[in-house]
Amino acid sequence: MVLAREGRHGPVVHDASRTAYALGVRQGARVTDMRALFPALRVEPANEQADAADIAELTHWCRRWCPWVQADTHTDGAHGLLLDVTGSGHLFGGEPVMAGDIVTAFAALGLTARVALAPTIGSAWALARHGHTGQSVCPAADVAAALSPLGVAALRLDADTTTLLARLGLKTVAALMAVPRAALIRRFRQASAPSANPVLRLDQALGTVPEPLVAAERRLRARSMRKLAEPIADVEPVAHVLADLLDDLCGQLAERDLGARRLRLAGYRLDGGVSAVEVATSRASRDAGHLKRLFEGRLETLDPGSGFEVMTLEATGRQDLPAAQQNLAGNVDEELALSCLIDRLVARLGNGAVRKALLQGSHIPERAEVFVPASVSISGPVSSMILPDAIPAACTSSLSREEAMPLRLLFPAEDVEVLHAVPEGPPARFRWRRQNHIVVRSQGPGRIAPEWWREKSSARLRDYYRVEDKEGRRFWLYREGLPDDGRGGAPRWFIHGLDA
Amino acid sequence: MDENRQSPDLSLVHDLPVHGLPVHDNGSAMRIEAGEAAPDMVFLPRPTTLVELFAGARDMSAIGFALAQVPRHGSVLWVQDRMSSLEAGYPHGRAITRFGGNPAQLIHVGARNCADALWTMEEGLRCRSLSCVIGEIWGDPRALDFTATKRLAMRAEQQGTPAFLIRFGAAANLSAARQRWRIASLPSVPHPYDDRAPGPPCWQAELFRARGLKPGTWMVHYDRTAHRLDFSAAIPDPAVVEAQRHRSSSGG
Repeated sequence: MVLAREGRHGPVVHDASRTAYALGVRQGARVTDMRALFPALRVEPANEQADAADIAELTHWCRRWCPWVQADTHTDGAHGLLLDVTGSGHLFGGEPVMAGDIVTAFAALGLTARVALAPTIGSAWALARHGHTGQSVCPAADVAAALSPLGVAALRLDADTTTLLARLGLKTVAALMAVPRAALIRRFRQASAPSANPVLRLDQALGTVPEPLVAAERRLRARSMRKLAEPIADVEPVAHVLADLLDDLCGQLAERDLGARRLRLAGYRLDGGVSAVEVATSRASRDAGHLKRLFEGRLETLDPGSGFEVMTLEATGRQDLPAAQQNLAGNVDEELALSCLIDRLVARLGNGAVRKALLQGSHIPERAEVFVPASVSISGPVSSMILPDAIPAACTSSLSREEAMPLRLLFPAEDVEVLHAVPEGPPARFRWRRQNHIVVRSQGPGRIAPEWWREKSSARLRDYYRVEDKEGRRFWLYREGLPDDGRGGAPRWFIHGLDA
Repeated sequence: MDENRQSPDLSLVHDLPVHGLPVHDNGSAMRIEAGEAAPDMVFLPRPTTLVELFAGARDMSAIGFALAQVPRHGSVLWVQDRMSSLEAGYPHGRAITRFGGNPAQLIHVGARNCADALWTMEEGLRCRSLSCVIGEIWGDPRALDFTATKRLAMRAEQQGTPAFLIRFGAAANLSAARQRWRIASLPSVPHPYDDRAPGPPCWQAELFRARGLKPGTWMVHYDRTAHRLDFSAAIPDPAVVEAQRHRSSSGG
């Protein structure tokens, strides 16, 4: 039997059973070729993602033997686990016993394990995959001797390099070690990937070049659960359960110096369905009272059906939150109070409704200041942002740019009909939303050229006028384009802002 | 006015009101002494309660009037219901710097309806770290009744945070706001350099209902350097106007 994956020209053999290997099936060979040789071959599709997920799971399971476990991803399709068992062998009665224990434990899972204990990652890899026995323990002194009879493929080299070495007549590690080192380095100086560089791989296997083992960090879930004696369907008992769950969860988070950014409350119904509600915070928090308020008004959206029998609360998004000291008055700081407010507003009104102004480097008014959701922290190119602190100082002069900005912007700018004395002059009267305004005073034009690096070539310039009508109301109008700029017909007028 | 343009008289901008005195910051004395010793004395402390401002649909004078009373430092929560943002536009942070504000400390909330806007204002007034809450409601929605304003007023007083409820195109129904103003634009003060340009704004403020204050009508200017409102008599004394005109023409 073989497992097939999609290759460049149709399916290729991903892996094969031991019997198939014995018959002569090779990895990477085409399935059609193998079928021609062995008509009885049974082909199943390989599921590489599931394999990778299984390996990741096993990585955590292998922590029973040592704390540092890494999923081996050096070569395609070759899955393995690397364990750094330094100092943990004696817990199992010595390293050979431990190796036996590993084989037994994997056998209990229905898996065949080939185990090798060696001083380096490279030598253990070689002995586990290409060594003669299923399990072996190789002391530091014997590494070179143990590796010598193995083929060069045992050095974690890719297929091309292996072929190249074979053509050069270097078929075993011993042969490779016999070649003068300087010659090898010169021959493979172009090799960039470690798997194409036999010198590096040999050094790694022999331990002359260090190769650290990077253990995957175990991300424990922060979750609390309540199994309920009686199924509940009303909001009120759900709120009680939520309070319990929050206490649990916040305790878990506090132990690990974490704060929740996203919470998911899920109710498991009697009929097998799941109904969940999620809330998010703008800043990591493990304050049960605050988090509970975020759920206010959201619990009604849970659909209990015939009732929930189990409820879980999980922090799906987390962030480090070191324990903070209260100030002398026993209060939390102001910034925290503000972020709590934003959280509450976002929980009820939605993320898009609560926004803050972000100043950007542009002259076009609607682009110079944009509103972004207040719950996200702004991280962008600083060069394109004007530092907000610099502005109040700059605007003390009465002729500054901010003087000309209106208090309110209409978005988008609205069409107005305008009567003017001269085509390029200020408006004399205008009509906006079916009402006439007679312009008494006006100031302008303040010209803003189009941003040619962003806009189409047909974009027209804007001439802004601040006008005041008979009653003293102020408006901010602009004329788009000039009569003879050759970018369309007669210029149109827009109202863009209102002012106090 | 031609001579005026040649040598602009800057004193005109801030020196206009002879009647009336600036709004003071000390919150203890909360009274109006009108018609007493020579000038009208207006002591208007910075509000720490709910102030309701009525304005016309296209008239942003109420916004300026509110911003002039917002403390200079601290975050501002600005709530708009959907209609007011559609009809009267969005607040523009960079212009707020004109009133001593900082756009980085502005939190804008676009509420779908009046009920959400009122809820947001109330939540904001519950938060200690805001220096001011500004709410805009368009027209006369049913959700904005006496109870709603009473809640806002009490929350604002409890927290000591000023709250401005700006009502565009609304009728002055029953309300528990501690100060109720009707604000309208007036033709602006002449521009110091350009007599055809709109100058510093000038508003007419009518206080028609207040607790502890005497109702009245004033002409109001914003004094930017001191960040305060200058109140002067709505109908200026002809002698004062004459004196000013004389001074401005002789200044050239």
